[in-house]
Amino acid sequence: MAAESARLPGLVEEFVAGEVDSKAADVTEGVKAGNFTILELVEALGLSLTSSQPQTRGRGVQLLSQVLQECYSGLSEKEVEVLIAFYENRLKDHYAITPHVLRGLKALVKSTALPPGSAVSILKSLFQDIHVQSLMVAQRSCVYNMLISLMESREGELKGLGPDFVYGFVQAVDGERDPRNLLLAFQIARNIIHRGYDLSQFTEELFEVMSCYFPIDFTPPPNNPHGIAEEDLILALRAVLTGTPRFAEFLLPLIIEKLDSDVQNAKVDSLQTLAACGPVYGHRELADFLPGLWSSIRREVFQTASERVESAGLAALTSLSACLSRSVLTSDSEDPLQVFLELVLKDCKHHLCEPDLKLVWPSAKLLQAACGASYRSSLLITATVLPALLDEYSSRAQCAQRRTLLEVLHGFVQPTPSSLSAEGEESVLLPFQKSLCSAVFSALSESSAGLQITAIKVLITLGEQPGLLSESEVETAVDHLTKLILEEDDAQVSLAVAECAGSLSRLHPSSFTSRLIPRLKDEIFSEPMVLRDDSAPSKTRQRCVSALASVSTLPGLVQETAPVLLQVLSSAQRGSNSFSLEEVTSVCHSLQRIANRAQGAEEIGKFFHDVIIPQLLGLALQAALQSQRSSDLSSALTQETVLSALVPVISSVCAALQTDLAAQTAAQFVSLFLDGETSFLPENTYPSQIQLLKSEFESWSQSQLVCLLMACVCSFPHNHINSELYQVEIPEIDRLLGQLEDLSCTSTHPFSYTSAAKCFAGLINKRAAGQALDAALEKTLKRIRETLDCESSAQRVQAFTLLVWVAKALLLRYHPLSTALSDKIFSLLRDPELGSRAADSLSLLMSDSSDVLNRSCHADVRIMYRQRFFTENSDKLVQGFNSAEQEKKSVYLKALSHIVNNLPRQVQLTELPPLLPLLLEALLCPDDAVQLSVLSCLQPVLQDPPPALSSQLEALFSRLLSLTSSSAMNVRIAALRCIHALSRLPEHTVLPFRARVLRVLASPLDDKKRLVRKEAVSARGEWFLLGSPGGR
Amino acid sequence: MSVTAARLENSNPLIFHRAAERLITTEEQDEHLPDPIDDREIFDLIRSINDPEHPLSLEELNVVEQVRVNVNDQESTVSVEFTPTIPHCSMATLIGLSIKVKLLRSLPDRFKIDVHITPGTHASEDAVNKQLADKERVAAALENSQLLEVVNQCLSNRTL
Repeated sequence: MAAESARLPGLVEEFVAGEVDSKAADVTEGVKAGNFTILELVEALGLSLTSSQPQTRGRGVQLLSQVLQECYSGLSEKEVEVLIAFYENRLKDHYAITPHVLRGLKALVKSTALPPGSAVSILKSLFQDIHVQSLMVAQRSCVYNMLISLMESREGELKGLGPDFVYGFVQAVDGERDPRNLLLAFQIARNIIHRGYDLSQFTEELFEVMSCYFPIDFTPPPNNPHGIAEEDLILALRAVLTGTPRFAEFLLPLIIEKLDSDVQNAKVDSLQTLAACGPVYGHRELADFLPGLWSSIRREVFQTASERVESAGLAALTSLSACLSRSVLTSDSEDPLQVFLELVLKDCKHHLCEPDLKLVWPSAKLLQAACGASYRSSLLITATVLPALLDEYSSRAQCAQRRTLLEVLHGFVQPTPSSLSAEGEESVLLPFQKSLCSAVFSALSESSAGLQITAIKVLITLGEQPGLLSESEVETAVDHLTKLILEEDDAQVSLAVAECAGSLSRLHPSSFTSRLIPRLKDEIFSEPMVLRDDSAPSKTRQRCVSALASVSTLPGLVQETAPVLLQVLSSAQRGSNSFSLEEVTSVCHSLQRIANRAQGAEEIGKFFHDVIIPQLLGLALQAALQSQRSSDLSSALTQETVLSALVPVISSVCAALQTDLAAQTAAQFVSLFLDGETSFLPENTYPSQIQLLKSEFESWSQSQLVCLLMACVCSFPHNHINSELYQVEIPEIDRLLGQLEDLSCTSTHPFSYTSAAKCFAGLINKRAAGQALDAALEKTLKRIRETLDCESSAQRVQAFTLLVWVAKALLLRYHPLSTALSDKIFSLLRDPELGSRAADSLSLLMSDSSDVLNRSCHADVRIMYRQRFFTENSDKLVQGFNSAEQEKKSVYLKALSHIVNNLPRQVQLTELPPLLPLLLEALLCPDDAVQLSVLSCLQPVLQDPPPALSSQLEALFSRLLSLTSSSAMNVRIAALRCIHALSRLPEHTVLPFRARVLRVLASPLDDKKRLVRKEAVSARGEWFLLGSPGGR
Repeated sequence: MSVTAARLENSNPLIFHRAAERLITTEEQDEHLPDPIDDREIFDLIRSINDPEHPLSLEELNVVEQVRVNVNDQESTVSVEFTPTIPHCSMATLIGLSIKVKLLRSLPDRFKIDVHITPGTHASEDAVNKQLADKERVAAALENSQLLEVVNQCLSNRTL
């Protein structure tokens, strides 16, 4: 111990006289370890602190401050008191010493042992002896930090200083320019305002010293070393300026003045600052400035070309109106809100009556902004505006004008969260409910599609607010919708009608069951009377069918609509030829849309399970048996397109079924397909010897039903029961897998063997890992290998299809065998018969398949399997490419482009650079499909190009430019899009190519295809703007 | 927007609805059928040009209309009439120039392009038409970097 403390004078000497900076750390270590005390340090410093040389005194203080910085927490109150007295005194010393003194003080004020009264005395000496703005950046920051710590720990004492504290701060901060220090200063000012410090006569001074930075215009230095963005400063300053109503008299005139500025950012900042005042101010602060503020806001919104300025202006108006809405009304004074809104109405209302002119829109937006501020303001505005708009609407005859008026009206009937009527208040729209409805209904019977769509939007909005539509009005609305469904063939209108029917049916189902659904049913089953032109009746039917799906929002409605759709399928099955294949498919799509709703509604799922699915399956089976008996009587339900459309119906229901129903369904399906068990199907008239999974070619109409089996058994959810993952048990899974394997390997009907392979893969993907799975896999893979290796085999394509699907199933779940399978696929790239199929199969492996092995049918899909596949295999591909003979190379390029194309964008960016030369090579490959695939993966990359691209630009440009005269139109279009994207690269990199691009793009301007010309025009237009004044 | 610093000449102009996007037909998607350049195609080229002073397109201000566009693909001629919003509009030459430049950049050079004011809709119709028809004056105007800047702004997709 003694030995340790004996070292101290030596260390001090080396630091002070020897100027060895590292000794400070040694001393600090010593103090921390308890080897010597601060008192001993001061004693050791003794002479240096009192030296007549400022240099020496400086070093002495520096050492002490540096040690204190680390060790302030261990000081006693007495020590702190003595040290503070010393430091306060040193503030008067030579300027060279001041930085060290400030550091020491900064450390001391953080001490919890700070004696009472010392905060005040420190501040007094600080404000008295130091001129803050003549200090360096770091020392100024020291001062601000000291103020912040003292405000945290000694608030009471600082408040005792009264306005002197504010005055001292104002003096200290006046002229600050460094952004880091400004953030600190803004924080102090905010504390002063929010924590109730006494501003009294210095309110204006504090405002002045802060507001001189408004509006902030700050561009951070390159690379932004301090990490301060302009937005940080803006928000910090805004919090100060809008912090107290006492600034109102200074701030509001300043805002009005800054709004006159030509700088757009200044306008936006001013408007946003004004909006921030709203919640803090009362109407008294605003009163004198309202006319000025209003005319500025109006001018900005009327004249601006910028959406930012407009939305900031509207938000400011909402905020002002909300503020005035809070004022308490007294009997003798006028209502400030009413006075203000009258001003707004006076300037805007008359523009609403000129629906052809430009200002109708900004006026409507302003009024809507004020209207949405509060219940009271919406009451005042709608009372004046709605009658005027409704009058104007009925006096105008032109559809375009009526549409504008109705569009404006729509903005007023849409409530905002703050204008919603509270409990006990009635909707502001109630008085106008009758006339609003009649305006909407009159618009619905007009012939203009635009007007109809707008009317439908208003109807939706009215329908969503309780009490605005009476029973009879709902019925009229439903009749209008029915009429539109039956008669209107505009796609846009149909979309709007579907949305409206969906929204209204949720709230008023009874009108739909009693009126709309029966009417549509009649229409669907009415025989087409006269063939006006052959597509018209079919389109009406399809609209009816799709409308049935749109209104199936509640279980009660589903029970009405789904049987109608089923009836269509059953009459199509019976072979009454009145339903076309297209119509039957669209019925399936509608059933699917309804089935999707089972996700959120158990009742719908149960209804499908009990009624719809058995009937569907029965119909499909009858159709299959029938067509086998007599091949000329083939019903729509044996067609591949129809069956494929039924797959998602069954799969989305099964994906949403509860555990017990799911198990029941699984058992029914499996026993039907394995054993021909038909007892659960309706109208049980089936032969007893059904074998659906047999592969004789004549029975393809039966074997293809395996796609329905897939839809069922591959879609069941996992359920968590008592935190155990519970899977729906598929009965007799091994026998099932065996039969599926047989079917997929031996069938000659492509749809049958592909569906069987998918079903097999879907089951494998979900099957629990373990011996059973491994054994099943081993058996199947052996068979696949043997078939593939036998080059004369007729079933190589089937085996390959099964291989690809199993590979996908295993890849998704990260099964260890998946690498072997993908290697097998890669080796087949050289196969003369299967090479091209193998390349295309990579697209299947990497993309989501729509009916099986995806997340919505609860497959086991690990995240980032695509990246993993890419990282594991891209090298193999590149090697394969390099070693392949010239005519085989394109297969590899095709495979590569499929993989890269399906990678997530982020991965593309990082992985692409090493592959770029290869992809550029692929652009030279004569195969259109390869070119197209590469172009479509290049285009998104070019939006945000990796640096590696810049060295390849020359090659890229020449390939792309030559592809603009390709013989395939899609290639020309894709190439032009890439060239368009290239114009957004940094100017200096692409400017050298400008003349060449413009010259070459002149010829696609005269392309024979319009779609190509369109791309050429937009690309060439952008390239003209590049490097040209006013362009880019 | 450097031009709007002063007060707008016509602060509350008539606004027209935009036509819907052209629907893509099956013929257009067929590799082999040629699609001739038609009026609508030319109109689609110029309708989205920005007005020099309003944040609106020439179509919304009804300065250009499809009926006032005539193209003959066989003879390689295009004629466009445009209608200034007010008869004393000082922007007429600029608007005409923008239309002309847009067509020059977007059409194959076999076309003879004629851009002029709808007869009877502008006070100094003849003077403006003459300027727009004079190849050398158009070329000279585009040498002027300030003019070119305004024209380019009219032709660029607004990003405000």
